[in-house]
This record gives sequence, structure tokens and C-alpha cells, in this order.
Amino acid sequence: MAELNTGGGGGKGGKVRSKKSNPGVDLTAMVDLAFLLITFFILTTTLSKPQSMDLSLPDNDKPDPNSTPPEAPAWRTLTVVLGKNDKLVYYIGLTDAPYVDAEINGKPKLENYGGKGIRKAILSHNKYVLEHVDDPNKEGLTVLIKASKSANYKNVVDILDEMAIIKPRSYSIVDVTPGDIKMLEDKKIK
Amino acid sequence: MANIKTSKKSTRIDMTAMCDVAFLLLSFFIMTATAKVPEPKPVDTPASTVKAKLPERNLLTITIGDSAVYLGMSDRETRIAALEAMSLKYDIAFTPQEINEFSLLDSFGVPLEQLKSLLALPNAQRNRPGTQSGIPYAGDISENELSDWVFYASEAVILEQQGRGVEKLKEIEVAIKGGSKEKYPVVKRVFDILQKQNVNNFYLVTSLRSEDF
Repeated sequence: MAELNTGGGGGKGGKVRSKKSNPGVDLTAMVDLAFLLITFFILTTTLSKPQSMDLSLPDNDKPDPNSTPPEAPAWRTLTVVLGKNDKLVYYIGLTDAPYVDAEINGKPKLENYGGKGIRKAILSHNKYVLEHVDDPNKEGLTVLIKASKSANYKNVVDILDEMAIIKPRSYSIVDVTPGDIKMLEDKKIK
Repeated sequence: MANIKTSKKSTRIDMTAMCDVAFLLLSFFIMTATAKVPEPKPVDTPASTVKAKLPERNLLTITIGDSAVYLGMSDRETRIAALEAMSLKYDIAFTPQEINEFSLLDSFGVPLEQLKSLLALPNAQRNRPGTQSGIPYAGDISENELSDWVFYASEAVILEQQGRGVEKLKEIEVAIKGGSKEKYPVVKRVFDILQKQNVNNFYLVTSLRSEDF
């Protein structure tokens, strides 16, 4: 609109000159402001939307007396014990008798959280298990998560997040046993 | 001279369309934006990569911060019904004004006997740090105020749907918003209380992060 009149103007004396004055409003500042506000609202709305993760716990009240808990063989069970100072211990097999054979060393190991720590360990064992089971669609790795008293909520969410990334066959949160506590003591993260 | 003619051309752009679009977007974002509700205890939630969205209705949010527990109910009807049931159970009567005031409260964290004095406070003072001490959750696993609130809130949700004649009843959704540094036994206790009330699926409220941490 604004430029429509700028080039115009005949040469018909002073009266025409007054017509040359620009009728359009300068919208630059208004657009600036509008975009500033848009940016503000885009940023605030996306940040304030809370994310969440699902957590399903077993039904405690109605244990089915006929069904035995699904027993996974020791070499397919990996237990993660969460200790203090954002450290954890993991082992393969039973608490008292970690599974050890030619290919798997299931002895308790101290580990950190995150991609370089526990995720790498679980991923490699998950891969190993999937390569060695009869039917990878029906059987796989079971991860038991045991949070000790000294672990914090962030540790639990972190390890659940690892589960969401690794997607083992099954995982569950279970209570710590005295054997696990002793393990944490040995690694000085009780 | 041709050169002079081109220099006469205006360098200004027509901003009208741009302005229109900008304001259209602006009004869209203003309308969709949800106002941030003040909370009695702001907590720093742990990060996760999972991007599930929280439901907006029939939601009970349990905030755990500094070992204290705070409750938030998403619907006004649920708040009113739950408070009425609680007042019967604990034999503390509330006036209609107080019930109405409570139905406007997004989240709270005081023992029931202190709820009256909390509702008497002006809005701006309620969420001052230290005003709300948290809902008691010690004692028997199914006989404490937190478990009663959970029980009556879920009952209220069911009753409200039955009242509307909904065919497929939806149970209440529970979200847990815990602080990163919360000790696990506190969180575990809340899990146990929820499990005792047959709430076995819930959401953990987290903030977002990428997978390479």
C-alpha cells in the first residue's frame, strides 16, 4: 500500500504535493513486537508442558495362588542395585551365586548411570541373551531393579529411563535383599 | 535516464500481510497457552527420554518434595466430592464457602485439621514456602490421610461419571511428581500407599532430555 503512492505525482503545482504524503502506517515496529511475543509464547508453552513416563507395578493384593512367578534362568536375569552417590552395582544371576561361565562374567560390578555406564552393560548382555535364546520373540533378558534406602528418586527414574531405551524383555522393581545390601557395602556405596 | 528511475523505486516492503500472520499466530499461542499454576512446593523433576503426555482430566497429582506430600486434583467436582467425604470421615465440618474455596485450589498440602486455616488465608499467602507442611502419610499403610484422599478422589471420579451416565467408567489417573533428590524410601512409601488403593499404573512426571546422557 505504502509504495503505491510514492512514485506518483504529476507536476500540477503545490496541491499535488500534499497528496504525496504517505498514507500507509509504518508497521515494522508492530511486526517486531508481534514476533517477539510469538517467540515468547512458543518458548513458554513448549517448556511448561510436563512430560511423563508410565510405571506399572504388580497388583499386591490379589496374588494368584495357582500361578508361579515367571522364573527366568540365571543367565538371563540381570539385577541392578542402586546405591548412594549416584552409583550402582549390577550382576547376572542370583544374589548369592552370580552366574559365571566361559562367556559371561556375572560377578557384581560397580557402575555409573548413563550411556557410558549401565546402559552399555545392559545393552551388551541384552544382545548376548537375544543371540542365545531359542526364540527371541518369546524369551529375553529380565532386569530386576532394586533400589536401596540410600538411592534417590532421580536414580530410579534414570534406571527406568534406561529400560525405556534398552527395552529388555521384562523388568520390574523389587525390594532389596540383605545380600544386595552386602554387595553395596563391599563396593562402599551402601 | 534509466538509472534514476530505478533509484526512485521504494525500498519499503508491504508489512500488512506479515503483520496479519504474526498477530494470528500470536492470538493462537495466547489462547492455547496454559497459565502456570502456583504450587505449594515447586519441585525439580528428574529428566527422562520418554515423551508420554499427561492426561488433563481425572488426574490426581501427588507432588513429593522434601519428604512432604502435596495433592492436586484436576477437576472441581472431584475436589468438592473428595473434601465432603474426607470431612465426614474425619468429622471436621466445612462451610459451603470453604468448600467452594477449596474447589478453586489447584494443589494443597496440609493435614485436614489445618485445611480451614489454609482456606482462610488470602490466595497470595497460601503458597509461601513453609505455609503448607504436607499431607500426613505415616502410620498404617491404608489408614492415613494420603491414602484416604486417594481413595475418595478415585471414588469421586467414578461417581461423577456414573452421575453423567457414562458407559465406560474410567478410573482416576495418578501422576507422581517427585523431586530429584527425594530419598527412595519416601517415594516407595507413596508407591505402597497407591498400590494398597489398587492404583497400580501411574505416571511419573519428568522433564525432557535427549538419549545421549
